[in-house]
Amino acid sequence: MAMRKCSLKDLDKLFSAIAEKMPLYLPQDGTDGRAAYKKWEEGCSWSEKLNTVRSPKDFFFPQTEDLMKFRTEGKKIELIDVREESEDFVIFGVRACDVRSFEVLDRVFLKDPVDSYYANRREHGVIVSVACTRPSETCFCSTFGIDATEPAGDISAWKCDDALYLRANTEKGEALLAALTPVTEDADDAAVTAQKETTKKVMARLPLADLKTDAFGGDKTKTFFGDPAWKSLSESCLGCGTCTFVCPTCQCYDIKEFNTGKEVIRFRCWDSCMYSEFTKMSAGQPRLTQLERFRQRFMHKLVYYPANNDGMFSCVGCGRCLSSCPIHMNIVKVMKKLGGNENE
Amino acid sequence: MQKISRNALTEKAKALLADGTVVSVLGWRAGEFSYDVTPSVFADAKDIDDNFVWGDFCGANFSKYLVAKTRKTEGKILVFLKPCDTYSFNQLLTEHRFDREKVYVVGVPCEGMVDAAKLRAVVGEGISKVEETGDGLKVTTIYADEPVEVKTADVLGERCVNCKSRRHVAYDELLGETGEVLESHRFDEVERIERMSPEERFAFWQGELSRCIRCNACRDVCPACTCEKCVFDNPKSGVENKAPADSFEEKMFHIIRAFHVAGRCTDCGECSRVCPQHIPLHLLNRKFIKDIDSCYGEYMAGSEVGSRAPLINYTTGDIEPGEVFERGND
Repeated sequence: MAMRKCSLKDLDKLFSAIAEKMPLYLPQDGTDGRAAYKKWEEGCSWSEKLNTVRSPKDFFFPQTEDLMKFRTEGKKIELIDVREESEDFVIFGVRACDVRSFEVLDRVFLKDPVDSYYANRREHGVIVSVACTRPSETCFCSTFGIDATEPAGDISAWKCDDALYLRANTEKGEALLAALTPVTEDADDAAVTAQKETTKKVMARLPLADLKTDAFGGDKTKTFFGDPAWKSLSESCLGCGTCTFVCPTCQCYDIKEFNTGKEVIRFRCWDSCMYSEFTKMSAGQPRLTQLERFRQRFMHKLVYYPANNDGMFSCVGCGRCLSSCPIHMNIVKVMKKLGGNENE
Repeated sequence: MQKISRNALTEKAKALLADGTVVSVLGWRAGEFSYDVTPSVFADAKDIDDNFVWGDFCGANFSKYLVAKTRKTEGKILVFLKPCDTYSFNQLLTEHRFDREKVYVVGVPCEGMVDAAKLRAVVGEGISKVEETGDGLKVTTIYADEPVEVKTADVLGERCVNCKSRRHVAYDELLGETGEVLESHRFDEVERIERMSPEERFAFWQGELSRCIRCNACRDVCPACTCEKCVFDNPKSGVENKAPADSFEEKMFHIIRAFHVAGRCTDCGECSRVCPQHIPLHLLNRKFIKDIDSCYGEYMAGSEVGSRAPLINYTTGDIEPGEVFERGND
């Protein structure tokens, strides 16, 4: 596909041109000095931060959403479908790790039976990714075969010294980029190639650059399930949901009902395998100790998910859990401890 | 940099293990980087030599861990407590949450702990190594050829900037010396919020609390929150806390929690330290502490074991309920 570019001083024109077509969401700095996806409006600026604290999974899999409503009158019960066709929207500035996370979620929600709520938003979302240039020490996307300099998505972008370079990868992306012709111009990829080379040298210097997945995979349940190391790894876990809620690939949810007095709303909300009441249904909670709950999260990412998804791991190395966990326990420490010498 | 060296802690730990005083040690375990230490149990000398950390990133308060850890062990556990941790320790004992006989407390002086997020805001991404020097940190990043020097005072956690006490209120023995209760500025921010108009105050808290993701880290780390089963985790309670009813319903959870720990909160600041969304939750607790102080006389939860908090005590000098009501109308 052909490369287009937009001068950095004209970024507002680019954003404005996108926003004229459809709502545009991009990382912006909040009052706490950290980035979060917010709707673009005139005067907003794109955050310089490496990534958002919360992942962009919210766009397709929001923390809470109504599924349906029930209204009763006498003996009659009315079922109300609350689904509406989503409008088209753009998520801009998605990092390579987070783009991969959509692929992880797709394999869960778009597999038969398709989750129509997720599919609706996914179909209408256009993803504009952006290549990384200054990864953090907590980054390890390359462990999962992700190239931070060549992010996927409907459009890939590179923010170079002079301009933002854009390349469409899909039909959706081509349609959007075509609509942006007035604010972009043809470009060669010399600046992009140079930036990629520089970033790759940085990637090689990252402290977690050597972390490998070789020890893990779909056939390793027996190898790791009974490992005594889970005890020490999980011993100080608070059982909070921070890791699961900042994680771009954690996809567990609970379905609940709420009686407003006038009607009953059936909704779903994120749930966390770290919680004591997770999957507590008629059969009870199958994992009674924090060790079991802790083990579940990492076994799911490194063994169970790959077993069901052609060997694909459900971690993308974004590093959010590394910086957010209150006790600094995380998948890297788990992989190094369980993976043994292969990861030393 | 901390006054007491890591070596002093590890030697003490190994000696107490060797002479049988304790069977295990609650300490900080080294991580991948310089700042990501994890609370951990140590039981042998080699593990202590190899992995025990003591330094400017050892902020975690161990007191609450004793509730669960003392049940699982027969002998004594050695715990290292910083001055602010000892207040939580006493408060938990006041509430009969663990057996004092199962714990051996070594008090360690604290010069304040660094907030890794603040450090990152100063030096940027890519922190590969942090060395602690006198009153500063020498930070190596993957982007700079030379390490960056940062003053520790500029990157301390908020609770340490406004440290309320350097005095250990509980210990079996001390490493170094204990300090004094300090005159701090910890209520300044509360006063600033009090001076806001109701509309401004509502907007302030809406801005902060609407970032809440309901991870429950604040509650799960809180030494005053030790219920076996939190009402918000109980599907039968009718107030299970999995999803907000509207976009600002989070305020209810946090305000209810602040009420619940009022008079018992020692202002240890763990809630704000662990919040992934950097919500200044400690301000809610400090508002209660400040009001209790002004209505009932100064009271510091955890100063001593067995004290009766003003809210569960009656004295003839107590403020009249009508006066409290009037204040609420201000």
